[in-house]
Amino acid sequence: MSHHIIEFRDVRFRYPDGTDALKGVSFRITHGESVGIVGANGAGKSTLLLHMNGYLLPTSGHVTIGEVPLVKETRQEIRRKVGVVFQNPDDQLFMPTVFDDVAFGPLNLGLPPDRVRERVHEALRQVNALALVDKPPHHLSGGQKSAVAIATVIAMEPDILVMDEPAASLDPKSRRSVIGLLNTFTHSKIVASHDLDLILDVCARCLVIRDGAIVADGPSPEILSDAMLLSENNLELPLTLQGRPSVCPVPRP
Amino acid sequence: MTLETAYSDIGRLDRLSYRDTVVHRLDPRAKVVATLLFAVVVVSFPKYEVLSLLPFFLFPVLVGAVGDIPAGFIAKKVVAVSPFAVFVGIFNPLFDSSTVSIAPGLTVSAGWVSFAAILVKFALTISAALLLIATTSFPGICRGLRRLGLPALFVSQLLFLYRYIFVLMEEAMRVVRARNMRSFGGRGTGVGVFVRILGTLFLRTVERAERIYGAMLARGFRGEVPSMRHEVFRPSDAVFVLVAGGYFALCRIVPVPQTVGRLIGGLAG
Repeated sequence: MSHHIIEFRDVRFRYPDGTDALKGVSFRITHGESVGIVGANGAGKSTLLLHMNGYLLPTSGHVTIGEVPLVKETRQEIRRKVGVVFQNPDDQLFMPTVFDDVAFGPLNLGLPPDRVRERVHEALRQVNALALVDKPPHHLSGGQKSAVAIATVIAMEPDILVMDEPAASLDPKSRRSVIGLLNTFTHSKIVASHDLDLILDVCARCLVIRDGAIVADGPSPEILSDAMLLSENNLELPLTLQGRPSVCPVPRP
Repeated sequence: MTLETAYSDIGRLDRLSYRDTVVHRLDPRAKVVATLLFAVVVVSFPKYEVLSLLPFFLFPVLVGAVGDIPAGFIAKKVVAVSPFAVFVGIFNPLFDSSTVSIAPGLTVSAGWVSFAAILVKFALTISAALLLIATTSFPGICRGLRRLGLPALFVSQLLFLYRYIFVLMEEAMRVVRARNMRSFGGRGTGVGVFVRILGTLFLRTVERAERIYGAMLARGFRGEVPSMRHEVFRPSDAVFVLVAGGYFALCRIVPVPQTVGRLIGGLAG
């Protein structure tokens, strides 16, 4: 199927204050791929993600999602195809109860109530959060909020899933369950994160972005084991590739 | 009152509203209408009327008792906001010095009577409003208001207020805590720093609002917050509104305490 393709061609973006956040980004992600986006703070990751569903429009260059070019008029259509999970679940969950929040997207898509109810339950079941359906978001733990935030997006059944730091500030067990969750999805996935182990576990391909441009693009195991490249980008080898002894030797005087 | 206690009080009020009692199960519309009626009737009494207001305490007492809401908690909240009412009425005894006789042989200035009336009306309306919130989930109140015809824009504002007041207060608490930990013995707790903290919180809120709006657009938001829940207005809800409204009307038209007093006097005589 060719319609789950994301293509950026020489995309440039300048913020109103004059900051050049993207300086000619080009890449192509095909159906079913899972791609990690890594880079230093301020390299342009978030700006890049905000282009994928048309929250920002390129100053110049072209973004194509499926066969649809991203312009002002096609944003609604593109938002239907591309689901974005934002970094902070408190920003993502804005409705008074979990049910209302997960139902928000499907209702906006104009689905009939019983279909909406089905989708809400299916999405919450997928993220193991069905028991939380009637809770208000401010009574949830961090891990539960993250899971529900993902459910709010998969309830819209997007073709492409875009996530910004899906496991930031989660405890190791919650983080592990988010990773497990991401690996069950067959969507095209794009994950921006500083958690390189997570990228290694979830994404087959990895893009490195620096100063608004792509500086490396290749298989994750290759990119993420290139210590030189990583350190140039304020990153370091994933912990699983650091080859530390499993027990730290006690230093002797 | 510190930020922490304010936060825990709002949290407690919120948790109370998730209980399951006869009062909690009433349709939010019924409770909103009854509370509004109550407030309007109470406020409509003339300014020297104190005794006739007393029967109205039955409404908050009953709602609180049946709804299993701790009376002490509500009373404390009423006292906490009472300075507003005190300030409104405190000058009445000074300016209104004509005298009235409230009991044989006991005369006071009319100002004190009207001051007492203000305090009683205040205690009645505030406790009824608090009980409405403590017995009805906030989203329920919002849905009720929407279906009573309040414009969608105001209702979504209220919903967002409810959703984010907890997030905002937690953020403010963290900032204040960080300040306290580095302002050894008072320096740094002055007004100048406080104003800057408010500025920071405001900017953070604006940025957060932008991110939330982004998340809403990403899920197809086009102006109205959709809802699927439709409470059914049952006969019991109608009975509640009718009985409450009937009682308010009765107490408004007939001066109950005086009548009861006269009856007892008549029996004794």
